Amino acid sequence: MKRFLPWIILPVAAALIFPNWVPPKTAANDFDFSGFGKIPVLVGGRVKPLDTVARNSLLIIHGKQELRLESGRRLGAMQWLTDVLFNAPVADQYPVFVVQNADVLGLFGWEQTDRKYFSFAEFAPFLKQIDEQAAQSDKLEAVQRSAYQSAILNLRNGLSLYQRLKNSIQPEGAQNFAAELQRFKSTVPGAAKAARERAMGENFDKAKLNDVAELIQRYERLSQMAYMLVVPPMGLPGSAPPATGNGEWHSVGDTLLGSVGTGEIHPIVIEYAIIGDAYRANAPSVFSQHVQLITDWFAKEQPKATKRASFEFLFNWFQPFSQSMTLYVLAFLLACASWLGWSAPLRRSAFYLLLLALAIHTFGLVSRMYLQERPPVTNLYSSAIFIGWGAVIVALILERIFRDGIGAACAGAIGFVTLIIAHHLAGSGDTLEMLQAVLDTNIWLATHVVAITTGYSAMFLAGMLAIIYVVRGVFTRSLKKQTADSLARMTYGVVCFATLFSFVGTVLGGIWADQSWGRFWGWDPKENGAVLIVLWCAIILHARWGGFIRQRGLMIMALFGNIVTSFSWFGVNMLGVGLHSYGFMEKAFPWLVGFMISQLALMCVAAMPLEKWRSFQVAPIPSRGEQPQISPAPSAG
Amino acid sequence: MLHKLLDLITSLKLTIICLAAAMALIFAGTLAQVHLGIHEAQQRYFQSMFVWWPPDGRGFHVPIFPGGHLIGAVLLINLIAAHVKRFRWTWRKLGIHLTHAGLIIMLAGGLFTDLFAVESHMRLANGDTKNYSEDMRETELAVVDTSSDDLDQVTAIPESVLRHNRVIDHWTLPFQIVVRNFYQNSRLKMLSQAGEGARPIANQGPGAMIAVEPAPPATAADERDVPSAAIEILPKDGSSLGTWLVSDALGAPQTFACGGRTWMIRLRPSRYYKPYSVTLQKFTHEKYGGTEIPKNFSSKVTLIDPERSVDRDVLIYMNHPLRYRGETFYQAGFQPDDSATILQVVHNPTFIAPYVACVIVAAGLLVQFGFHLVGFSRQRRGAVA
Repeated sequence: MKRFLPWIILPVAAALIFPNWVPPKTAANDFDFSGFGKIPVLVGGRVKPLDTVARNSLLIIHGKQELRLESGRRLGAMQWLTDVLFNAPVADQYPVFVVQNADVLGLFGWEQTDRKYFSFAEFAPFLKQIDEQAAQSDKLEAVQRSAYQSAILNLRNGLSLYQRLKNSIQPEGAQNFAAELQRFKSTVPGAAKAARERAMGENFDKAKLNDVAELIQRYERLSQMAYMLVVPPMGLPGSAPPATGNGEWHSVGDTLLGSVGTGEIHPIVIEYAIIGDAYRANAPSVFSQHVQLITDWFAKEQPKATKRASFEFLFNWFQPFSQSMTLYVLAFLLACASWLGWSAPLRRSAFYLLLLALAIHTFGLVSRMYLQERPPVTNLYSSAIFIGWGAVIVALILERIFRDGIGAACAGAIGFVTLIIAHHLAGSGDTLEMLQAVLDTNIWLATHVVAITTGYSAMFLAGMLAIIYVVRGVFTRSLKKQTADSLARMTYGVVCFATLFSFVGTVLGGIWADQSWGRFWGWDPKENGAVLIVLWCAIILHARWGGFIRQRGLMIMALFGNIVTSFSWFGVNMLGVGLHSYGFMEKAFPWLVGFMISQLALMCVAAMPLEKWRSFQVAPIPSRGEQPQISPAPSAG
Repeated sequence: MLHKLLDLITSLKLTIICLAAAMALIFAGTLAQVHLGIHEAQQRYFQSMFVWWPPDGRGFHVPIFPGGHLIGAVLLINLIAAHVKRFRWTWRKLGIHLTHAGLIIMLAGGLFTDLFAVESHMRLANGDTKNYSEDMRETELAVVDTSSDDLDQVTAIPESVLRHNRVIDHWTLPFQIVVRNFYQNSRLKMLSQAGEGARPIANQGPGAMIAVEPAPPATAADERDVPSAAIEILPKDGSSLGTWLVSDALGAPQTFACGGRTWMIRLRPSRYYKPYSVTLQKFTHEKYGGTEIPKNFSSKVTLIDPERSVDRDVLIYMNHPLRYRGETFYQAGFQPDDSATILQVVHNPTFIAPYVACVIVAAGLLVQFGFHLVGFSRQRRGAVA
């Protein structure tokens, strides 16, 4: 039984996450939301599938990637987006906007109840007021805003995103858009003739001109509002849309304005119009058929974008990081359990689970690199993913060498925590955003950033080892001498590793700065954060070599390393100064402070006299002069 | 006694104390940047021998913590002394020696850069040609003799001289300049808009219609002080020509006549003249499709150096500076409407030090930890077997 335990646990865990492995299937008589979600569009400078736009928009507005209606019905992000795009009156009733600030509710004369989601229709009468209030707080720096000011600004941004989405493919409220486009197409030549006649001073057909002028105004508004650029670079022969500086993709409105000159309407615009009309007319088969037509068109005209977009669709569905998160927790629990009994089989189960989790984690990381065509770390979100990944690998190597469950427990804990952090960092929208000009260099992203984050990984791993040392030593009797010694050896080795990577990463950062700003060192907060880690590593190593600290001192210093590293990773960004600050994160602040306090508390616990440590209680305490190392004798238990 | 001192400066304890002090200093200096701005915090904490309290007290103030230069210097001495004293050549120590040799290069290079590097800006509109760059903080009072047709004689008086309310008497000038008021940072307003009781500080030129309000020193990284001063011109015969307002905020230079010659005065960013010139052909600012996110900035310039017979076009863009005659030109910024480019010009004779140091230290750490790892795995194998 014991021998087969890993082979029972592994398939059970795999089965647990299995449902996400099968791509979503659409029933024949249903709207093909999956197919629709795979169509590529350009938003934020990146070509991505509609599904990503839907998920990110809903995440920004609603805080989740799924919408639960009051009736209890669940709406996927794509279903929600399709309603927003084509059936605005229905979408306006969905309770999507989150407002939890009592002052914001008070602005509309509403009392705060336990309801926190509101629909667009409810805000519609107050749009002007919201806009004015938000414009006031927009003038302030993020750090200076009060809770009310941040909340109203958030609401305004959500509402504006929502309204732009509604006007991305067709003018909001259009009933029969395909027919409207036909009319537009047929009247344009007549109107053009009338315009020429007017210019020549001849008699002209005023009605024809007015008719088109009205539509042109409508499409101008559409082109200003559009959030997505849905028409890819191709264009009919001779129908170059006006140069708008939007790269080569264009919005529906832009393309239609361009049609005035040519009298031709881009096939994609017509297809989208038919899809929208079919959706409103509740005709799933027409909808699905034309989604297929667009898909085929893209596959032919934009093969690379199409491939990438369908891959991203699957990536969104698969959600590799939340799956590995589940597995990391399980592995952590198994590894901890292995210290209580059934050591070998539990430890081996944890190890195999971790390998599976790491494989999925790696898949996610590599997928992101493929989608973005970048090295792994490009923003705070991806740094969390990478730190977890690096730490898990090093911890698994430790587990492989020492085979005592400690590496496995560290891997599980760090993998889980970093992925949770990443999950909470994703709330601001697309995590695969385009990079500011100065960051647009794969060499430095691949060397400096990767080295720095690997250094963070190692520091957190050393800190985690110290946590295990202190918790097991103080609160349990399970810290035997051999375990304590191997923990110390692991911590020391990992600190050496951290020193190397932090140092090299910091200096590479300096060299990058020298290449792009002309100075090696600018005392920027993020630079200072990085050098703090290097200094702390140097102190630990010198203190150890000089014999100023022994096992316990090493652990206490490694715990402090957690504080230094978290300051460097997150703390400096909250200062709101310098070239590396990626925005103020007020929500993360209490968590950061909480984490630092917890580490200080653990340091205090570790500083307690050894006779208070449960693992060391039975043994006579050796005096420091006699023995170079604290050598706890095995406890009786 | 000497022996004890030697023990102290070569001790590992001193190293650790210095490193810990450096951490505390960097932490405090980083937090101080929130209120002081990067530049000011850098001056007080990192580029100083001591951190003083109260920070800007003119009268009584005491050093409360060693500053960056002091810690760096002590660390450097400690590092060199310890290695001179304990140096024994063995292969096992190779890693440690390499690491510390690299660190010495890096620290010394950092100190040199701090002392000798000069950073300035060159702002060029499309088609502009300049043979000078301008300091980002310091200003100078330029007094120009424009009488000659083909040559302007410029006398530049640095801000630091003006700041101390001095009488300025220079052999090139047939008059004395008396600094009546000096404002480190100021806002200029037309008298009509400045409200009741506002008085001009000058009686000549446009300054007679302008009120000057003092302002607190700029802290944000992208702001610079707008210094202003009232200066009186006293010809050598003892009369007075009147008082002029000079300010970085006044664009055009002002002129007056004295000693039969025409003079132009202007308070402007300090200039660094170069033996070559740079002409901006075109500034380009690319954005990602459908967004305002900048994708790339680039400046196409023509570099002309008659001395070395150079006349060529150069493209300066993000992460690709132009290095020429000991100076490096970086794409640093641009005018909001894309009409002008701002190049950062850096003269740093020791820029190569960190590159060399990085390679040496990295190699040293690899060797050192490699020894540990090999030793450790041998031990493990021994234990298992």
